[in-house]
Amino acid sequence: MTIGSDLNIILPEIVLSVFAMVALVGAAYGGKDKLGPLLVWATSALMAVLAIWIATGGSGTNVAFNGMFIDDGFSRFAKVTILLSASAVLVMSQDYMAKRGLLRFEYPILVALAAVGMMMMVSAGDLIALYMGLELQSLALYVVAALRRDSVKSTEAGLKYFVLGALSSGLLLYGASLAYGYSGTTLFSGIVQTAEEGHVLLGLLFGIVFLIAGLAFKVSAVPFHMWTPDVYEGSPTPVTAFFATAPKMAAMGLFARLLFDAFGNAVADWSQVIALLSLLSMFLGAVAAIGQRNIKRLMAYSSIAHMGYALMGLAAGTQLGVQAMLIYMAIYVTMNVGTFAFILMMERDGAPVVDIDALNMYSKAEPGKALAMLVLLFSLAGVPPMLGFFGKLYVLRAAYEGGLAWLAVAGVVASVIGAFYYLRIVYYMYFGEEREALDRTNPPVLWGFLMVSAVIMVAGIINMFGVEGAAVAAAEVLVN
Amino acid sequence: MIGLEHYLTVAGTLFVIGIFGLFLNRKNVIILLMSIELMLLAVNINLVAFSAFLGDLVGQVFTLFVLTVAAAEAAIGLAILVCFFRNRGTIDVEDVNVMKG
Repeated sequence: MTIGSDLNIILPEIVLSVFAMVALVGAAYGGKDKLGPLLVWATSALMAVLAIWIATGGSGTNVAFNGMFIDDGFSRFAKVTILLSASAVLVMSQDYMAKRGLLRFEYPILVALAAVGMMMMVSAGDLIALYMGLELQSLALYVVAALRRDSVKSTEAGLKYFVLGALSSGLLLYGASLAYGYSGTTLFSGIVQTAEEGHVLLGLLFGIVFLIAGLAFKVSAVPFHMWTPDVYEGSPTPVTAFFATAPKMAAMGLFARLLFDAFGNAVADWSQVIALLSLLSMFLGAVAAIGQRNIKRLMAYSSIAHMGYALMGLAAGTQLGVQAMLIYMAIYVTMNVGTFAFILMMERDGAPVVDIDALNMYSKAEPGKALAMLVLLFSLAGVPPMLGFFGKLYVLRAAYEGGLAWLAVAGVVASVIGAFYYLRIVYYMYFGEEREALDRTNPPVLWGFLMVSAVIMVAGIINMFGVEGAAVAAAEVLVN
Repeated sequence: MIGLEHYLTVAGTLFVIGIFGLFLNRKNVIILLMSIELMLLAVNINLVAFSAFLGDLVGQVFTLFVLTVAAAEAAIGLAILVCFFRNRGTIDVEDVNVMKG
């Protein structure tokens, strides 16, 4: 094994990080913020190209750096989702950011670096690699949350995210140190052997619990969700859209990687913890969103609930569970890209509007967009003909077959409660009383993403565009 | 004779003090940063103690990574804090409340 073949395996990560560093130095010494729009397009294009490259180029399981970095079907599935959604969100933010003087050249570079961190996370095969990937992602995200430096809300969001994110990193690290101490190695493949002897040491068990707590913060699962609504509300809307998509996929990928690669022999020990996180997230997400009038806060609670469903797949602890989680996340990310494209278009006299009351009788002014949003909201709620329903069906089935029938029943109940606030928006759009209308602007990029995402939610039910097969293959590699 | 458990006890105590500092502190955001630092350093004690106990160097390598990242984290935290102070004119924890959770 030479260093050359190792580097070959992490080539996509190297390309993206070198690009980010070159762009940073180039923009700092060159055109500064004038390069902003160009860099957004370049970064977005590069990430899309890398996604296609990873999707078509990779095969088999390749391990680099003595097991620290794993490139397999699972990591490729997650990376393609991460890169495509990050790329889409970047393109979507162009218009909004430029209008408000926020399109600084740092923004696309920070998103690219966060994406490198996320790719690192889903490929981690070692506690050190896990930590470095997670921190690269988190540090970049703290900064983008506070991107609007002159706004109290944005800096407050950055500060809250930073403090709670650092706390979660601390918990995760404490767990990592215990896992290292009681298994004698930081490699996942080594830790899994320690647990093989049937019973798990108490110290290692504490390690698992701390690691799960740290990661639950990152996926915003209850009871570690407190930062989510505030950070979603305070950050600039394109940044919120980014938070709701790629980092969630990365954190769920890391969650699955850690639980199955490092603690795959202790399923019974962590399954109950994950099931509890899932149950609490689903119900809190469904109930707390009812009182929200701010659509960004509403989407925050919606994402908490959706993470609950994704965790339900993991709690099952089976191959079907991982497969369901991956499909659920892919659908969730697609829905959120479309929904946030819609939210980014909500403005009155050029100023962004986040109040859901503003959508009253929206269907009269913009029937096409209202219909697309209706499809997306139905899908988010899990109403049958839409793709979101099949995502939910998958995780419920996985939970049921994994022996967690009570969790599946609870999931159905929570989804009925949660449907209320999605359908309320639909009600406003079609039957509300007329208010001061929103601007009738249709930036082509946002309009395109909204329509494509809505069409996928309907057309995807035929064959899910082959995502199902990829998810099956990915889950097979991870759980064996 | 000082053994592994003594180190683990110290680290555990420091870690808990750090968490309490984070939640009970009502005064100043700088103290939050100090609490975070305390938590990370407690982890470092843990890692070095385990590393010495196991005779395995990986733990100490991990410690160096943690130290480096902690420095970067503190830098970013202070930068965000400066931006916040410019907008709000205060860094009291009680004043970080424009948005209600």
